[in-house]
Amino acid sequence: MPQPRKLVQGNEAVAEGAIAAGARFFAGYPITPSTEIAEILSRRMPEVGGSFLQMEDEIASMGAVIGASLAGVKALTATSGPGFSLMQELIGYAAMAQVPCVIVDVMRGGPSTGLPTDPSQGDVMQSRWGTHGEHSMIVLVPSTVLECFTLTVDAFNLSEQYRTPVIVLSDAMVGHMREAVALRVEDLRLARRGEPDCDPDEYDTVVSTLDHILPRPDLGSRFRVHATGLVYNRRSGAVDTSDPEVAADLGLYLREKIYHHRDAIVRVEEVGTEDAEIGLFAYGSVARSARAAMKAARKKGVRVGLLRPITLWPFPTGAVDRMAEHVETIIVPEMNIRQMAWEVQAAVAGRAKVVDLGRVDGRLITPAQIEELIDREVDHLRAR
Amino acid sequence: MLGLELDPDKVAVFAGIGCSGRISNYLNYSTVHCAHGRALPFATGAKVADPELKIIVVMGDGDCAAIGGNHLIHAARRNVDLTAVVFNNSIYGMTGGQKSPSTHVGDRSTTSPFGNSEPAFDLCELARAAGATYVARGTSWAYRQLVQLIAGGLVHEGFSFIEAMAICNTYYGRFNLTADSAEFLRLQKEHAVAVDKFDVDGPRLRDLYPVGVIHHVERPAYSDVFSDMRQKAGGRGGG
Repeated sequence: MPQPRKLVQGNEAVAEGAIAAGARFFAGYPITPSTEIAEILSRRMPEVGGSFLQMEDEIASMGAVIGASLAGVKALTATSGPGFSLMQELIGYAAMAQVPCVIVDVMRGGPSTGLPTDPSQGDVMQSRWGTHGEHSMIVLVPSTVLECFTLTVDAFNLSEQYRTPVIVLSDAMVGHMREAVALRVEDLRLARRGEPDCDPDEYDTVVSTLDHILPRPDLGSRFRVHATGLVYNRRSGAVDTSDPEVAADLGLYLREKIYHHRDAIVRVEEVGTEDAEIGLFAYGSVARSARAAMKAARKKGVRVGLLRPITLWPFPTGAVDRMAEHVETIIVPEMNIRQMAWEVQAAVAGRAKVVDLGRVDGRLITPAQIEELIDREVDHLRAR
Repeated sequence: MLGLELDPDKVAVFAGIGCSGRISNYLNYSTVHCAHGRALPFATGAKVADPELKIIVVMGDGDCAAIGGNHLIHAARRNVDLTAVVFNNSIYGMTGGQKSPSTHVGDRSTTSPFGNSEPAFDLCELARAAGATYVARGTSWAYRQLVQLIAGGLVHEGFSFIEAMAICNTYYGRFNLTADSAEFLRLQKEHAVAVDKFDVDGPRLRDLYPVGVIHHVERPAYSDVFSDMRQKAGGRGGG
């Protein structure tokens, strides 16, 4: 039965996406502009037989999420700004101990208490590098209310498949925006938490490979589970912090189990990029303004293309690479100062001019701002 | 021996970081070696997600009362059905002998070279005040009693808290009492007073402390309360 379209808020779509993905555990702490996710799930989780915990802080929230996931239940938390900072240590634990879980960060202006009710994209680097030590991270960036739903489902699937924390990086604008959408649950592909296909006695000696990542057995199952944040031997499971080979094996594996599957994980939307002379690289709420600016420029006869990362991390190097081959200029509008523009510049490696357009006043980047910059860059090109 | 009849498949041990955390390597149960101070939130999430788990949380005094102090009082307040055991050796041993919230006024450590200027927590009183429904204290000296106290916590439904007075002769003892572990154990015998004989107005903690079951009441455990609420909400039972 097709669902009727209804007016849905971004945060609400995240909450429904989590339920649809099979998440049955939420732990969180109230913080603007993510609070609606906790409020909605405090009602929805018990309704579907799941659990909701309001913890004493964001550190505890992330800890409870890891504990629930280890017990075999798909789990998530949602937070913003300062709360995301507090969660970083345990996000690292989840990466190290390979615990699937989803963290939703509805970005607001910072640093510190900053602009609690205003949108920002200031956490894009923190989402990748916020926890200490070498690690990999999968980060998805919704640009629409529908994507708040679908990417939350995808985040759970990726976290189960690769046994890793996955971050949904929303922002105050996408989170609080309402759009008419149908949240279709019947055709979703859902990852299931299976048991390793081996005898419990053999489990410690069976090792995951890059192409065959074993599911994590649950606490309370017939397997003996040993989770730790210390360096452990990937083959025996034993804690071993003294052997450089063991540490290197684990460290490289934790990176490669994501990067080896980069092609399957990284998704982008490319609009009008085939013939573009000017490229736009924009993500999240800013991509909406970029799309409008692109259309306006095309009406004026300027060949502008939009590259919109849906997966922000791993960075879509391949797509930027393709764009850099034929555009003259890439404009990177973002609600921070050059955080992704640097990354784009590194991937472009001098083949095109990279122009950044940053904003940190809590206001949205408007289509007019981007159009103005396109016009200026066109003038530069024509003047050559 | 204790008649606990634990199903080994259903036991999960959560440990913090510190000397106490080493326990996760010694037990033939499923174990989770958590981050420093965070064992109780991990365990809370696991228990709520799967109420069938029998959860034991092992922490050190710095782990539990300093960096994890907020989690301790909230886990006690919620009355999460788990057994928390704190190995209290009055010092940060693994990092080499720094003072902890259980180090007494005047005690020396590598970060209180002129004597500690802060008073110590009475962890049992803290847990009781926060809402723990089973609170007990024992010593390494009287280890048979300690085993019984922990067993009592495992049988209890709700948040049980057992303070195990441990000895760190390497640091705390050497700096303050004695570097001789046997002598340190004998001092525990002198310091420990049965709870029913303990003078509550007399000297506390450093010189004398009550041992035994200090507090025991019945109150619905968190998982049961949540389960009832879930049924009212129309959801299916279970995790």
